[in-house]
Amino acid sequence: MWIALAAIPVLFASLFLLQVRIDARTRTEAQAQQELMLRSPAAIDKMSLGYNSLLADVYWTRAVQYYGSRVATPHATFGLLWPLLDITTTLDPKLLPAYHFGAIFLSQTGVGGAGRPDLAVKLVKRGIAANPKRWGLYADLGFLYYWHFQDYKDAAAAYLAGSKIAHGPSWMSIMAARMDQKGGSIETSRMIWTQIYDSNKNPTIRKMALDTLKGLKAEQDEAGIDDLVTQYRQRFGRPPSSTAELRDTGLLRGIPVDPDRYPYVLEPDGKAALDPHSPVKIPRVPKTPPPLPKN
Amino acid sequence: MNSPAIDIQGLTKDYPVGFWRKRIRRSLDNLSLQVQEGEIFGFLGPNGAGKTTTLKLLMGLIFPTAGTANILGRSIDDVAMHREIGYLPEQPYFYDYLTARELLDYYARFSRYSAADRRARVTRVLERVGLTGSADVQLRKFSKGMLQRAGIAQAIIHDPRVIFLDEPMSGLDPIGRREVRDIILDLKMQGRTVFFSTHILSDAEMLCDSVAVLHLGKLRGVGAPGAIVSMDEQRMEILFEPGQGRSLSPELAQRATPVGGRYRLDVPEAEMYRALDELRACNARILSVAPLRPTLEDYFMRLVDRQPEQAAATVEAGTR
Amino acid sequence: MSAMPGVVAINTFREAVRDRVLYNLVFFALLMIGAAILVGQISIGIERLVIVNLGLSAISIFGLVMAIFIGVGLVYKEIERRTLYSLLAKPLRRWEFLVGKYAGLVLTLVINTAFMTVALAAALFYVGRPFVRSDGSILIAIYFILLSLALVTAVALFFSCFSSPMLSTLFTLGIYVTGVFANDIRNFGALTNNPMLKTLTSAIYYLVPNFHNFNSIAAAAHGESIPFALVWQNTLYALMYIVLLLLASSAIFSQRNLK
Repeated sequence: MWIALAAIPVLFASLFLLQVRIDARTRTEAQAQQELMLRSPAAIDKMSLGYNSLLADVYWTRAVQYYGSRVATPHATFGLLWPLLDITTTLDPKLLPAYHFGAIFLSQTGVGGAGRPDLAVKLVKRGIAANPKRWGLYADLGFLYYWHFQDYKDAAAAYLAGSKIAHGPSWMSIMAARMDQKGGSIETSRMIWTQIYDSNKNPTIRKMALDTLKGLKAEQDEAGIDDLVTQYRQRFGRPPSSTAELRDTGLLRGIPVDPDRYPYVLEPDGKAALDPHSPVKIPRVPKTPPPLPKN
Repeated sequence: MNSPAIDIQGLTKDYPVGFWRKRIRRSLDNLSLQVQEGEIFGFLGPNGAGKTTTLKLLMGLIFPTAGTANILGRSIDDVAMHREIGYLPEQPYFYDYLTARELLDYYARFSRYSAADRRARVTRVLERVGLTGSADVQLRKFSKGMLQRAGIAQAIIHDPRVIFLDEPMSGLDPIGRREVRDIILDLKMQGRTVFFSTHILSDAEMLCDSVAVLHLGKLRGVGAPGAIVSMDEQRMEILFEPGQGRSLSPELAQRATPVGGRYRLDVPEAEMYRALDELRACNARILSVAPLRPTLEDYFMRLVDRQPEQAAATVEAGTR
Repeated sequence: MSAMPGVVAINTFREAVRDRVLYNLVFFALLMIGAAILVGQISIGIERLVIVNLGLSAISIFGLVMAIFIGVGLVYKEIERRTLYSLLAKPLRRWEFLVGKYAGLVLTLVINTAFMTVALAAALFYVGRPFVRSDGSILIAIYFILLSLALVTAVALFFSCFSSPMLSTLFTLGIYVTGVFANDIRNFGALTNNPMLKTLTSAIYYLVPNFHNFNSIAAAAHGESIPFALVWQNTLYALMYIVLLLLASSAIFSQRNLK
């Protein structure tokens, strides 16, 4: 009897250590990727025996955790994000948060995203097909065309379609109009990202929107400062060495700061730039837009 | 004469056996039997004789290959007839999560009683079988003897006219067996018919108005116990001591049983003198020669010892 | 109308209670409590969705396990344990016994599900959503789950009349899974060019109980309304199939020689 009592915890501890060892050898990202890719969403849907709605929630949870655990690490890739969202929305085509999440983070290039706006468009279009009365999805589509593809025509069409939905907000028709006229302007971008911030409750999305808005504001500020630098040059024949000079000559009322309160600096050629320590980043969209996904 | 309480005509039951279920095992062969109302009827036979098969056929638990049976004039197919009969299965099992009281109340619900009447009956029958003290104990805690009593209780709670008991004494100590015997006699006094199977021949002898002996599925003998045993041949018992010097012939030695220093020989009356001559030839000392009082057991053993091929037609005795 | 099945039914229910079958409610309650407390961590805005998904799926799974595992023993146990012998000597017809056992298990399932519904409502209440009109679809989804459980029970009872628990479990589970996939099976057959396969898969589709009809969990979770036509159609389908199975069970059981 005592032998059993003593041996059982020891055995459990050994099992635990052994399992850790086994996991360390076998569990790599590549394998997790394999595992997910091998099972097509359609197969998982069938295997769920009618409990697909619940399974969708499980995969959604995995997707959020997957993103959240990696976004803090530098140089993180998000290769599994698409399969996870693909499975989630196949299991439950009405799980709206998954589409909104995918629209932002699948498409995001550079840091914090999977860099696949084509997949994002594919995802959102699937969402619209399953939920034609949800204006938020049209807004997502419009955002994708506008921001990642600079395709103002399709963006306008998306916003227009969304504005026609009952309870669709009026800003969408305004946005559609703007596309036609002022596509590409910072002001339009700020409007779009503000809408993204307002209409999403997901804190991760909101943070991304906020950061982007700050970056856009910085971009606008830099443009403004550049104008003043040009005026200064015209007046004094040389670029100013710092923003203080701009203030001293009355062109600026005070030292301009970015949305995180870091003062803007001037580069040697007079170009305005962000303080290197500032967390604000100007959103860079690639010059050549990636190819549009085939329908 | 009134119609019999139980009327069995040519009842036969075959079972397909073997891997391909091709062979037939006949567990009951053309049984014909009648039991009058108010009788206590004993159904005897060794294990595997077909007693339980007969009872299961009568209760509608299994279906006959051939033949018919009526109880109280109604076919055994008639489920409504079950209102008038009670049944105690061999080795009864009951829902062990119920208490004795709950079990009896449950069974009583299949007869239409008012709630108050049902309660009263349950209490009465519990007392009758001596289970009042354990009425609210779960059956899973019951000993075999207690289960047997519970079984008898459920068989009689609805005052049936015919009661069928399969090995009612099994698992009971002598006190229990006495109590069951009393219940059976009591039932007879109330004019009920009791049909029970048993191995305990002395009980059958004591209780039964008629007995039937079943062996290998066939009816071997039926009649009143007294009539059956007396109609058989008389046997004699010879007690002797071996003589000095001479030993017994091997034949005699084989047949004689030693009983504390002496020998006992059991021979049919017709062979008595020949046996005595043999003993005289061996110089054996004869101690006593007396007629054996035949018992049902002897009758029984002789019936079942006979080779099936040699068995005569069904032996009947007494007036029917 | 015979009252005998009712007597058997009540006793079957009592057996389930005394066998502590209802203890599964404790697990369900713990599950709901855990979910209600943790769901906020998963995702804002879909608390109700997750709780309804989890609750309805658990009601369905727990119920299925109960229906199958108890169902396959309904008749078999009574024969094996010989408790049936003294019972059939009473004025109780075999079909009355069958219907009674069936009704007893269904009653157990209904009561079990009722308690689970209360726990689900409590969990929804805890995450803060007041009850809205669209929550009626949750009740309908639960009703559909009950219909499918009643149907599974009838299938299990049918097998219980002639087959051992292990085989009966396999058969019942097999029929259930086939019934869930019936649509896909038929579609698969339609896609091939083999006329024999087409007929075969079509036959399977119409013969097997179509359990996929009864699945409205996703709709209820998203607060969509469920068309009334589906309600009475499902009820009728379930009733008819159950009667069919009970008749078949009666026919088989009435002829059976008990060992």
